Order: sequence, then structure tokens, then C-alpha cells
Amino acid sequence: MIESAVDITLLSLIAIHAVAIIRMRSLFAVIMLFGGFSFLSAGLFVAMDAADVAFTEAAVGAGISTILMLATLALTYAHEDVQKEEKQPTHKPWLPLSVVLITGGMLIYGTSDIPAFADPNAPAQKHVAPYYLKKSLPETGVPNVVTAVLASYRGFDTLGEVTVIFTAGIAVLLLIGGRRKSKIPFETRSNKE
Amino acid sequence: MKYIVEHYNYWLVIIIMMAGFYTVISRGNLIKKIAGLNIFQVSVFLLYISIGNVKDGATPIIEEGITLYSNPLPHVLILTAIVVGVATTALGLALVVRIKETYGTIEEDDIHNQDQSL
Repeated sequence: MIESAVDITLLSLIAIHAVAIIRMRSLFAVIMLFGGFSFLSAGLFVAMDAADVAFTEAAVGAGISTILMLATLALTYAHEDVQKEEKQPTHKPWLPLSVVLITGGMLIYGTSDIPAFADPNAPAQKHVAPYYLKKSLPETGVPNVVTAVLASYRGFDTLGEVTVIFTAGIAVLLLIGGRRKSKIPFETRSNKE
Repeated sequence: MKYIVEHYNYWLVIIIMMAGFYTVISRGNLIKKIAGLNIFQVSVFLLYISIGNVKDGATPIIEEGITLYSNPLPHVLILTAIVVGVATTALGLALVVRIKETYGTIEEDDIHNQDQSL
């Protein structure tokens, strides 16, 4: 009972943050709310027994993502622009709203086939997971099963993940790294070219 | 009632997912679009972890005397996904900075207007 109370409270808070992000027009507030959103979801991961995921989400999601967004905000808006607000949307919200409602309705309809939440006899819990829970300590000597799978059984996948991050790092450097900031403002530059 | 208790978690996660989706398709500001994309992403993580959750299960760190653990495999998948997600976020934000340098704005409508006038 207490578990579902924690679950519902955290999920509702996360949903409130998400709706507030939609409604807020000050970008600084949006980014701060996003940090809170990530941190609350890290809390929810702990409540759902995923301690390693919670660590990563708190450090990477709430930490690095927020800092990256703040840095982008600093680079894209002028210092004098204290408000840093997005423009009032010009389109009517009906088309995106109906797309979202239809998609959400279909997804909720799809959940009727998913086994009950936290059901110990769900197929996902009965297939290979018991093997790792039983064998990972004798086979790898690591008590944390998530670490054992990530670094030992699926070590090559983790290497592949490092490649992905490396590629993204190179792409970011190619896009914005190693150039001096252009001193010519945008309007005059396009006239010269 | 039983049906609600068994599925409320998925429904709330889908509501959060749709909030992120709405931000992505209805807002013109590129930074806000990326925030929406991140909301979508985190809600997918929540859906995965919900599926791995076991009632009264423990965190999957092997300890003597504990027999019931949550499923560790979704955790492994999502650990990878979080890190890859931050790499894509960084790439998206770098593109935003680059767009700002070329177009002088990060509002989608203004960018479309400039492209038509060229």
C-alpha cells in the first residue's frame, strides 16, 4: 500500500512538472523544471528498485542534461535579454492536441494487454532474469546483478555504447568546437555574401 | 477497481509521455522542443522500469536471506539508454547553437520565414 502511495505521489509530481514545462514560456524556468523532473524520476526509480538507474538519472539526466541546456540558453540568447522567453505560439493547438490524444488513447488501450504492474509471475520476470539472478554471483563474483550484466555478460555492448558517445562527441566538436565566435552580426553578414 | 490498481502506473507514465510529445510537436522554440524530447525519453525509461518491477522485490544486489528481486535486465537496458540519451541531447543542443549562428533565431516559424525569402 505504502509503495503504491509513493508511486502515485511521485508520478503525479512528475506529471505536474511536465505540464508546467508545456505552459511556461520563460526558458530558464523550463530548464529548471526539467532538472526537477529528472530528479523526481530518479526518486521514482529508487522506489521501483532500480538503484543503478536512479544514480545515472540523477547524475546524467538531472545534472549534465540541465547544464548542457543552460549552456545552450547562454549561447543562444543575448545577455541583455533578461526574460529569455520563447515566442507566443502562432498556431492553434488543436492539431497537435488531437494527435497527442489519439496516440495516448491508443497507448492506453495497448496497456490492457500488459501484465499487471509489479506482478511477480509476469512473463518478463520468468524468462532469463532468474538465470542472471542465480548465476551472476558465482560466475562473475559481482554481487550487483546490473553491474555484472552490464560489464561482464554484455561488456561488448557497453563498448559499443562508448562508441556511440564518442561519435556524438566528435559530432558536437565538428558542429560548434574549435571556431572563434564570428564578430559580424547576422544581418550584415548575409548582405555581404 | 482491480484493473485500475493493476494498470494505473502505465497510464500515468503514458500521460507524461504524451506531455513530452505535445511539447515536441506544438512548440516552436528549439530548446523547449529538446526539453520535450527529454521528457518523452524519461517516460519511456519509467515504462521499462515499471515492467521490471516486482511486488515486494528487492533491488537486484545479491544478499543472503533475500529471495525475491526485481528484474535486473530492464535496468541494464535503461542504463545504456540514459547515457545514449544524453549524447543525443548534446548533439541536438549543438545543432541549436549552430542554427542560432546561421539564422539568428531559434524559433521555428522565423526560420521557415527566412528560408522562403531566400
